[in-house]
Amino acid sequence: MPEQDPKQRVKNFDEVPLGYSLDTAIAEAKRCLECKPQKGRKICVDGCPVGIDIPAFVKQIKEGNIEGAIHIIKKKNNLPAICGRVCPYEDQCEKMCVMGVKFEPVAIGRLERFAADYERERGLNVPEKPVSKDGRVAVVGSGPAGLTAAADLARMGYKVTIFEALHEAGGVLMYGIPEFRLPKKIVRAEVDYVRSLGVDIKTDIVIGKTITIDDLLEEFDAVFIGTGAGLPNWMNIPGENLSGVYSANEFLTRINLMRAYNFPEYDTPIRVGKKVATIGGGNVAMDCARTALRMGAEESYILYRRTEKEMPARIEEIEHAKEEGVIFKLLVAPTRYIGDEKGWVRQVECVRMELGEPDASGRRRPIPVKGSEFTMDVDTVIVAIGQSPNPLVPKATPGLQTTEEGTIIVNEEGLTLKEGVFAGGDITSGAATVILAMGAGKKAAAAIDRYIFTKKCG
Amino acid sequence: MYKIVAKRELAPTVKLFEISAPLVANKAKAGQFIILRIDEKGERVPFTIADWSREKGTVTIVILEVGKTTRQLGAMKEGDHVLNFVGPLGKPAEIENYGTTVCVGGGVGIACIYPEVRALKAAGNRVVSIIGARSKNLLIFEEEIRKFSDEFYIATDDGSKGHRGFVSDILQTLINTNKHIDRVITVGPPIMMKVIANLTRPYGIRTVASLNPIMVDGTGMCGSCRVIVGGETKFACVDGPEFDAHLVDFDHLIARNRRYVEEEALSLRNYEEATSKCRKL
Repeated sequence: MPEQDPKQRVKNFDEVPLGYSLDTAIAEAKRCLECKPQKGRKICVDGCPVGIDIPAFVKQIKEGNIEGAIHIIKKKNNLPAICGRVCPYEDQCEKMCVMGVKFEPVAIGRLERFAADYERERGLNVPEKPVSKDGRVAVVGSGPAGLTAAADLARMGYKVTIFEALHEAGGVLMYGIPEFRLPKKIVRAEVDYVRSLGVDIKTDIVIGKTITIDDLLEEFDAVFIGTGAGLPNWMNIPGENLSGVYSANEFLTRINLMRAYNFPEYDTPIRVGKKVATIGGGNVAMDCARTALRMGAEESYILYRRTEKEMPARIEEIEHAKEEGVIFKLLVAPTRYIGDEKGWVRQVECVRMELGEPDASGRRRPIPVKGSEFTMDVDTVIVAIGQSPNPLVPKATPGLQTTEEGTIIVNEEGLTLKEGVFAGGDITSGAATVILAMGAGKKAAAAIDRYIFTKKCG
Repeated sequence: MYKIVAKRELAPTVKLFEISAPLVANKAKAGQFIILRIDEKGERVPFTIADWSREKGTVTIVILEVGKTTRQLGAMKEGDHVLNFVGPLGKPAEIENYGTTVCVGGGVGIACIYPEVRALKAAGNRVVSIIGARSKNLLIFEEEIRKFSDEFYIATDDGSKGHRGFVSDILQTLINTNKHIDRVITVGPPIMMKVIANLTRPYGIRTVASLNPIMVDGTGMCGSCRVIVGGETKFACVDGPEFDAHLVDFDHLIARNRRYVEEEALSLRNYEEATSKCRKL
């Protein structure tokens, strides 16, 4: 897929991959072998957490019927332009693709993105209003899990209201993923699509504070909690609270949601120094390191305690970061931050690591090499070592039980231990991907449908 | 959109706003705060709740004009709207009958301590209030606080009203005259709260401070507001904003609150230039 030149793109926040043309999309779709279903199952579809009928939509593109393709995708996925950009398709549908055994797998993700963009640029089609069902559902959080659950329930005919704590809907899609990877106008368009299905979205409402879950249960037949993993993890090492040390969440929220890259036209400031170190090796770390370059950093480092092979980030993101000049310091972990007399970070002390036996994650465990400490000059640090479930709602809701890790306990269908309350996405799984959260939202929507049906009729 | 239903100038740079936000008013408690954003380009800024009316569905905040956002807000009028207004955030203040409670409010913090004075009085405390400002024209909520206080003192830096000096001088005098104090609550500039904490520490008087770090979301998501309490990192937005003042690292708070001084100055300069140009036209 054509991309913006790395030298150019580090100077702007515009999207990096430019997307397929109609001809390229058709040519790519033609590579699909249209495998026969095995025991009634299509193997690529087995790799899709929301179960899009992939061969069917690819066939439509092959025939030049893009509207037909998007129609098929949207039967299962209400956020295709988002998924077509941020899904880890290489580990999902494309991993299953038979073409991938000898050649490159069919670029299913890019085709999904193409179909979604093609439709959006020509005006979104709004599906016909379904027969309305008797029942009201409250959805807490407007990220991928909440939007998906809400859209599915609205399409079944329920009256759905989403409650969002921030001033804009989209959750992590708005605050967490940078413009150059997921343009906010695309998130807004897909959120608007969910609205067009009849979903009411109320922003500025913190469930657990402004309104409690118990308040909601008085008005709604069921509640879905999709509040995500918004609690930043820290290493708890000395100097972590110095000025200039950001959590990835704060760094990205200031820039993506509050548009600090347009300061002072926009009022929210951010300070990005000349030498920036991002701690971590996931997609969020790549986002931060690449964002730092766009904010004017001269040197942007990734400090990661294992090797590139163990990095949780997608290969595409690692490559994009490298092309743009992010410097990878591997087998390295920070041990403390050193500040100046005004409380600003000036140096990071690191220790070199070596890999030992595999740990619970199956990856080889990093072990500090004694006496290998060294310091690096830095003036900004971004800690991107993962997020934990946001405890605000569980803490404020009697009867809702959580695990030691803080995830809400649910059964297979997403039902919590509290009557009428369902949950899904990162708040039940711990930090994962957009598409897995969407899969959980879908599953919970189906369970909520059964629950309300039984309550009203059974 | 949240309508400004009333505005009052308490001092030339101190303004009170009553804002229509029924859901927030419905749940508001003493010690909590809200976050507002004036418009599409605005910052999310926290303000402690100074009062509320569940009947009218309004929440009162008092602002001191210091930077761009507070100036811009200060220039808004009755009938105008702010784009976003969310809350009530943070934990409510702990209100019990402690016996004798001293409430120390400084500057715009006087407005923030008012709901606590009222709630502590209602809970049966003997309430001693000390309010202070640079000068008498910056004293606010004087009558409101006096009404709920058993003893009431004023300190001004310039001596234009009450004691010439600091609120801490009055507290020290109370302690020196063997006044029994069960608890102290303080809201104001970090340096003032630090002085109060240092004063009460040797006497072992339980002291609570309401911290005011820089925030973004206010729901525990970003960690901008992290403060050090008893050597541990806490998020003021969800773990606070009130903490045991004897355990708070105030120097750390003061340093972190200065993170964006240069950016704040630039924003203010741009705003002043833009508004003075408008006036000339």
